[in-house]
Amino acid sequence: MEVIRIIPCLDVAKGRVVKGVNFEGLRDAGDPVELAKYYDRQGADEIVFLDITASHENRGTMVELVSKCADEVFIPLTVGGGVTSVEAARALLRAGADKVSLNTAAILNPNLISEMMNEFGSQCVVVAIDAKRDPEGNFFVYTHGGRNKTELNALSWAEEVVSRGAGELLVTSMDRDGTKEGFDLLLTRGIADRVNVPVIASGGVGSTQDFLIGALESKATGLLAASVFHYGEISVGEVKRVLVANGVATRPEP
Amino acid sequence: MIAVIDYGIGNLRSAYKALIAVGANARLIDDPSHLKDPAGIVIPGVGSFGAAVNAFRTRGFEAKVRGLIESGTPTLGICVGMQMLYEGSSESEDSEGLGLLEGKVERLPDGVRLPQMQWNRLNIARFGSSALFEDVQEESWVYFVHSYAAPVGVSTTASCDYGGEFSAAVGIANLYGVQFHPEKSSTVGLKILSNFSKICGSTAIPNGGLLWK
Repeated sequence: MEVIRIIPCLDVAKGRVVKGVNFEGLRDAGDPVELAKYYDRQGADEIVFLDITASHENRGTMVELVSKCADEVFIPLTVGGGVTSVEAARALLRAGADKVSLNTAAILNPNLISEMMNEFGSQCVVVAIDAKRDPEGNFFVYTHGGRNKTELNALSWAEEVVSRGAGELLVTSMDRDGTKEGFDLLLTRGIADRVNVPVIASGGVGSTQDFLIGALESKATGLLAASVFHYGEISVGEVKRVLVANGVATRPEP
Repeated sequence: MIAVIDYGIGNLRSAYKALIAVGANARLIDDPSHLKDPAGIVIPGVGSFGAAVNAFRTRGFEAKVRGLIESGTPTLGICVGMQMLYEGSSESEDSEGLGLLEGKVERLPDGVRLPQMQWNRLNIARFGSSALFEDVQEESWVYFVHSYAAPVGVSTTASCDYGGEFSAAVGIANLYGVQFHPEKSSTVGLKILSNFSKICGSTAIPNGGLLWK
């Protein structure tokens, strides 16, 4: 039985969560470890840390943060942002990350995917795909946090990265990101139909209903969101209650 | 002291940290000569069967760990660390397992996305009681990441369904294995690790002669 995962994503810069958060009961709302613990208590199935500065200097900070998180948070942790080598991935995995997500680096150097698979196993290798529709409705892959368009078709790129050893895909709709119009079902279904690895849908969530539709119709088994969780508009527990009430297979809130 | 075997692959530290979190006196051991009469052994594992078992052997752990298991030291294999206890795996036909458990690890059935990378429910009750699952409820949710698994057999203490039923946990005398990641399974996982720590603390198993062969 395939089970839906609810995954809060934390944007991190210099070891701090950057999007504003305002929760009661947190000692330090900017501390990624405090937030990860908070989401764990609500029943989050995994946590994603995205290093948005993705700079070389920040690498050590990120390793330290992952290590601190692994001391206290006992759910799976994916780290992405600026990982360009097997050695950088190894440092994060040894610090306690379970998966490392590649985005721009996978496009610039697709061999990195198979190198990482050979070294750590495909279950450690997530490839993030940022996709946007052109006027004809074709999905193209963007790099550098969505700034640069590539000539890669998102659906064929998904197939290629899986054939190279990616164990999971994190698919973000740039058209939907921040719109609160719900997941881009055409994009996630298009990709999930072409690959046999788990797919995480990202971008566009505004309500618990959007999560429910995502669970029922996106063919993704992971549903990721950031701001709706961080701003307290929706709690992970609420999402779990709605999914369970509608018969979706998911780990219920604790 | 519970020795967490560090044979150089992937994320082995999480198991160590989770044991510390439940109050166990755990230590990462990367050299077999440092394995001096531990109260328990944890063999974590990620990646492919072949890479894991080969790294375990290359680092010289096999003889020492086998000896300790056979002399009754409580031992817990996690994920590929559990798979390594079997005779082999269809994932890596050229690599022999440790052969402490009978049978072979097989690929999960077609028709489901692989790897299974999700939380799933444990069937515990119908396999009788295992000290590892003391106070762990039937249908507890735990986190799995794997494409291969051992079939349900005589040593199975919990099963799980993903495209078909497989061994989610095994236990025979002082030897335990879990296909899921207790160190990543929140409070349920920590309870299971705490149970293992208790098993190690109160160990009085005379010998490991009860292993399958």
